[in-house]
Amino acid sequence: MDILSLFVVIPVLTITAILLLKDTRQVRVVSAFGMGLQLLMAGTLVFLYLSARHAGNSDEMLFVKDYLWFKSLNIHYSVGVDGISVAMIALTSLVVFAGIFASWEVEFLRKEFFVSLILLATGVFGFFISIDLFTMFLFYELAVIPMYLLIGIWGTGPKEYSAMKLTLMLMGGSALLLVGLLGIYFNSSPDANRLTFNILEISKVVIPLPAQRIFFPLTFVGFGVLGALFPFHTWSPDGHASAPTAVSMLHAGVLMKLGGYGAFRVAIFLMPEAAHELSWIFIILTSISVVYGAFGAIAQKDLKYINAYSSVSHCGLVLFAVLMMNQTAMNGAIIQMISHGLMTALFFALIGMLYGRTHTRIIYEMGGLMKIIPFLGVCYVIAGLASLGLPGLSGFVAEATIFVGAFQHPELFYRIVTILAVSSIVITAVYVLRVIAILLLGPTTNEHFEHLPDARWFEKISVVTLIGSVAAIGLAPFWLSSMIGTSLHPIIDKIIALNPF
Amino acid sequence: MINFSYTIWILLLPFLMFLLLGLAGHKLKAKLSGLLGTFGLGIITFLSYLTAYKYFFTSEKIDGAFQKITALNFTWLQFTDKLHIDMGVLLDPISVMMLIVVTTVSFMVHIYSLGYMKGEKGFERFYSFLSLFSFSMLGLVLATNIFQMYIFWELVGVSSFLLIGFYYQKPSAVRASKKAFIVTRFADLGFLIGILILSFNTKTFDFISLTNPSGAAISQGSSIGFLGLSVMTWSMIFVFLGGAGKSAMFPFHIWLPDAMEGPTPVSALIHAATMVVAGVYLVARMFPIYAISAPVALDVVAYVGAFTSLFAAVIACTQTDIKRVLAYSTMSQIGYMMLALGVAKYGGETGLGYMASMFHLFTHAMFKALLFLGAGAIIHSVHSNYMTDMGGLRKYLPITHITFLIACLTISGIPPFSGFFSKDEILAAAFQSNKFLFAVEYAVAGITAFYMFRIYFSIFWGKDTQYQHTPHEAPATMTIPLIILAIGAAVSGFIPFNKLVTSDGKILETGINLVIAIPSVLIGLLGIGIAYIMYRRESTIPDKLAAMFKYSYKWAYNKFYIDELYLFVTKKIIFRYIAVPVAWFDRHVVDATMNTIASVTQGVSFRIRGFQSGQLQKYAFVFITGAIMLAVLFIYLWK
Repeated sequence: MDILSLFVVIPVLTITAILLLKDTRQVRVVSAFGMGLQLLMAGTLVFLYLSARHAGNSDEMLFVKDYLWFKSLNIHYSVGVDGISVAMIALTSLVVFAGIFASWEVEFLRKEFFVSLILLATGVFGFFISIDLFTMFLFYELAVIPMYLLIGIWGTGPKEYSAMKLTLMLMGGSALLLVGLLGIYFNSSPDANRLTFNILEISKVVIPLPAQRIFFPLTFVGFGVLGALFPFHTWSPDGHASAPTAVSMLHAGVLMKLGGYGAFRVAIFLMPEAAHELSWIFIILTSISVVYGAFGAIAQKDLKYINAYSSVSHCGLVLFAVLMMNQTAMNGAIIQMISHGLMTALFFALIGMLYGRTHTRIIYEMGGLMKIIPFLGVCYVIAGLASLGLPGLSGFVAEATIFVGAFQHPELFYRIVTILAVSSIVITAVYVLRVIAILLLGPTTNEHFEHLPDARWFEKISVVTLIGSVAAIGLAPFWLSSMIGTSLHPIIDKIIALNPF
Repeated sequence: MINFSYTIWILLLPFLMFLLLGLAGHKLKAKLSGLLGTFGLGIITFLSYLTAYKYFFTSEKIDGAFQKITALNFTWLQFTDKLHIDMGVLLDPISVMMLIVVTTVSFMVHIYSLGYMKGEKGFERFYSFLSLFSFSMLGLVLATNIFQMYIFWELVGVSSFLLIGFYYQKPSAVRASKKAFIVTRFADLGFLIGILILSFNTKTFDFISLTNPSGAAISQGSSIGFLGLSVMTWSMIFVFLGGAGKSAMFPFHIWLPDAMEGPTPVSALIHAATMVVAGVYLVARMFPIYAISAPVALDVVAYVGAFTSLFAAVIACTQTDIKRVLAYSTMSQIGYMMLALGVAKYGGETGLGYMASMFHLFTHAMFKALLFLGAGAIIHSVHSNYMTDMGGLRKYLPITHITFLIACLTISGIPPFSGFFSKDEILAAAFQSNKFLFAVEYAVAGITAFYMFRIYFSIFWGKDTQYQHTPHEAPATMTIPLIILAIGAAVSGFIPFNKLVTSDGKILETGINLVIAIPSVLIGLLGIGIAYIMYRRESTIPDKLAAMFKYSYKWAYNKFYIDELYLFVTKKIIFRYIAVPVAWFDRHVVDATMNTIASVTQGVSFRIRGFQSGQLQKYAFVFITGAIMLAVLFIYLWK
C-alpha cells in the first residue's frame, strides 16, 4: 500500500468502523480518531515530501503509483503529489479534523452525519492525490453528492431549497467539466491511438489551439462554478447559510478549493495557450468577483451570508491570480487557497458556536458578546484580522504574493485590474470591522445572553487547531511558499515556452 | 565593523512579551504583568541607547558621512528572483534616532500607566497591547526594505486600533477605533499601490539600493513616464498617501481627534509621539528618491504639510476638550515636519529642511508626550476632559503645573527650550526655498502659542472652580515620567542634530539665524500675550469674539464639517448606494436568473410530462396520428 492511497483508505475504514458501531456515542470518538490519524498522515506526508525534495528528487510528481482499471478507455487509478497537492492535502486534513470537533454535539442521526461528512472528505482527498483526469472527476463527484444530503437533512432554514440549488448548480458545472475533460482526452495524443487521461502525459503534448479554444472555457467555467466565479456563485450564500457548521467549514474551506485547484491544474496547465488568449475575459469576471463579493458582504445581516460573500471575494482572488500565469501570482493563488480554507473554516466554526449559544445569526440581534464569551470573541477577532490581511496571519502572505505577482504582468491592462483588486483590502476591512463592532463590542444589548457559556474543550480544539495554522503560515511563510514555488517551476516553464510574453 | 547583531533582541523581546502577556496575562497578577512589561521595555530602552552610542560615536564614517549598516537580514518571503521581503535591522542616523524616541517615550508611558491604569479591568491586556505596539513600531523603524516597513506599518495600525478601542464596551471608543483603522487602511491602499509601482519599475524593495542617490533604481524609474509624470513621481505620491494617513494629514486627519477615546497614555505614545510621525519617517526614509527623481511629489508633501498645520491650528483654538486640542496641535506640528521635508533638497546646505524635520520630530516627541501625560494627570484628578470643568489647578497639582508649563513654552518656541531650536531651523529652511510657505508657518507659530496658552491659563489659572473632590497630585509613577520628559523637552534642543542626522549623513553647518529667530520668538510671545489677556482671568472677551465671528467660529468649532462629509460618503454613498444595491442585484438579478433557469426547466417538464402517461391507447393514438402526418408530408413534399 502506498502512502497516498492511505489517504483514501483511512476514511473508508473509518466509515466502515462507524457503520459497525452499535453505540452512537462512540461515533464521534471513532471519527475524531480516524481524522486525527489522517492529520498525522498528512504531517508525515509533508515531512516525507520535503525530505525527498531535500535529497534531490526533482521529479514533477512524487510517490507516483499507477494501476490500470478500465482498459478500453485507458483509465487508470493513478496517484502522485507535488508540493501543491501536498499543501492542499494538509489543508484538508486540518479542516476535516477541526470540523469533526466542531460537530461534536450533533444529536440527530449522528451516525449518518459522520458517515456523510467523512465520505465527503474521502472525495476531496481522492481528488487531490489523483493525476488521472477520470479518477479525479470521479472523486470530485463523490464529494458533491454527500453535500446534498448533509445540507438537506441536517441543515437549517430553507434547507431543501438550498441543497437542491447547490447540487444543481454544481452538477451544471460538472456537465461542462465533463465535456471539457473528454475534449482533453480525445486530443491527448497526436495520432489518436494512445489516448490518455494522465495529466503528466497530456502535459507533454500540445493540444491543438482550436480544440483548446473550445475546451478551455468549458473546463475553466466548470471548475469556476465550484470556485464561486461570478456570475455562477449564487449557490454559495444560500448553501452556506443552510448548511450545518462542519459542512460549511468543509465546503468553504476545502470543496471550493477543488475549483481553484482544478482550474489551475487542469484548465491552465493543460491548455496554456487558450488560457493566455482568453484570460482577459476571466480576469474581468474574477475582478468583479473580488470587488463585488466584498461590497455584497458589507450590506448583509446574517453572519453566514457575510462570510459567504467574503468567500466569493477571496476565492475570486484565487482564480484572478491563477490567470495572471506567472510564478509569483500562482504561488500566491495557492497560498490564498490554503489561507482562505483555514480562516473561512475558522469563521464558520465560530459562527456555528455562536449560533449554538444565541440561536441567531443576525448581527443586529447580538451585541457586546466579547465580555460574555471572551475566548470565542477573541478568536473571532483573530479570524477577522486574518481575513482583512493583517501581517503575521496567513491572509497577508497570500494577498501580498498575489498582488506583487499580478503587478509584474508586462501588460498595462493587467496591472490596472490588479489595482482594482487591491482596493478590496479596504472594503474587506470595512465589513470585517463592522461585524466585529456590532457583534462583539459595545454594551451587551440582549440580557438573555448575559450568561452564555464560553467555549467548551472540543470547541477549543477545533478553533485552536485552525488559529495555530493560520498564525504559523503568517509568521513563517517561507517554507510553504518555497514548497509550492519549487513545484510551480515545471508548470511555469511550460506556460512560458508556449506563450512567449 | 562593530557587531550590531544583538539588535535582534530589540525586536524579539517586545514580541515575546506580547505573546506572554497576551496568552498567559490573565493568569498572572495584574501588577506583575505590568511590571514585567515595563521591565522588558526597560531592557529594550537600554539596548537602544547602547546602539545609539555605538552608532553615532564609535562607528566608522566613510567620506565624513554616517553609513547605513544592515545589522541583520534574512529572507522572509521570496516573490521572484529579485523581489523578496526580508526581515532585518537597518541602522542609519534616522532609524537610530527613532529608536531613541520610541523607546524613551514608550518606557515613560509604561511606567506612567502603572499608576494611571491602576485598577482598570484588562490591565494585563493593556500591557500586552503596549508590547505589541512597541514591537510593531520598532520593526517599522528598523525595517531594511519597504515591504518590511509596510508589514509593521499595518501592525502599528492594528495595535492602534486595539488600544483606541481598549474600553471596548464604550460605543464611542468602538466607533473611533473602527474609524481610525478604516481611514488609515484606505491610505495604506495608496502606500501598497506605491510599493507595487515602485517595485515593478526598480525590481527591488531594499532601502539601501532604492535610496542610493547614484544607484540604478533612482535613474531607471524616473525615465519612464505615465500620464505626464514619471512613474517614480506617481509611486512617491502614492507612498505619501500612506504616510499622510498615518500622520493624519489633511484629508485623512479625521481619525486622530476621535482616537483620543483611547486611554491617555496611549494617546501620548501612539497618537502624539511615535506612530503618527511614521508618515514623516517614511518620507524621510525615501527622501533621496523624493528629492532627486520625484520633486513634484515632494512639493505635494510640502503643501499638504503646510495646509494641515494651518488648518489644524485654527481648529485647535476653538476646541474645549483638552485631549482634542492636543490632537489638533499634533496634526499641526506634524504638518511642520512634512513641510520641512518638502522644502528640502538632497545634500549640502539645501538639505537643511531634512535635518530640521528630524530635529523637530525628536523634540516634538518629548514635549507632546509630556503634554499628553500631563493632561492625563489632570484628567486623572478632575475626572473630566473639558477645560470648562477646570480652573485654578496650579494649587493642587504643582508638579504637573510646572512640567506642563515647560511643555507649553517649548511648543511655543520660546528659548532656551528645545522647540525654539527645531522650529527655528524649519522656518529658516522654509525661508530659503519658499516665502509663501514660510509666511504660513510663521503665522501658525503664533496661533500655536495662543492655543497652547489658552489651555494652560484656563486649566491652571482662570476661574476658581469648585471641585466635588479636592484634586490631588498624581502618584510618583506618574510624576516621575513627567519630570524626566520635561527635562528632555527643555534640553534636547542642545543636541547637535546638524552633526548627527542630515540628508546625506555629512555634517551640516548651521547656526541660529537671528533674522528669523527674533521675529519667531516675538510672534510666540504675542500669542501668549493674547491668551493671557483672554484666559488669565475669567473674561467675556472669548465669548464676544466668538459671537463676532459667528460663522467662521462655528465652522472651525465643527472642524469645517469634514467629519460630516466623511459620514456622508461612507454611510450614504458606500453603504446605501453601492453595497446595498450590490447585495440587491446579487439576490434579485444574478440569483434570480439562476432560479429562472431552474423554474423554466421545471415548468417545461410539467407541461410535457403528460406525454408520458402510461396509457397504451394514447400512445397508439399518437403513434398512428404521427405516422399518418409524416406519410402525408412525405407524399406531398416529394411529389
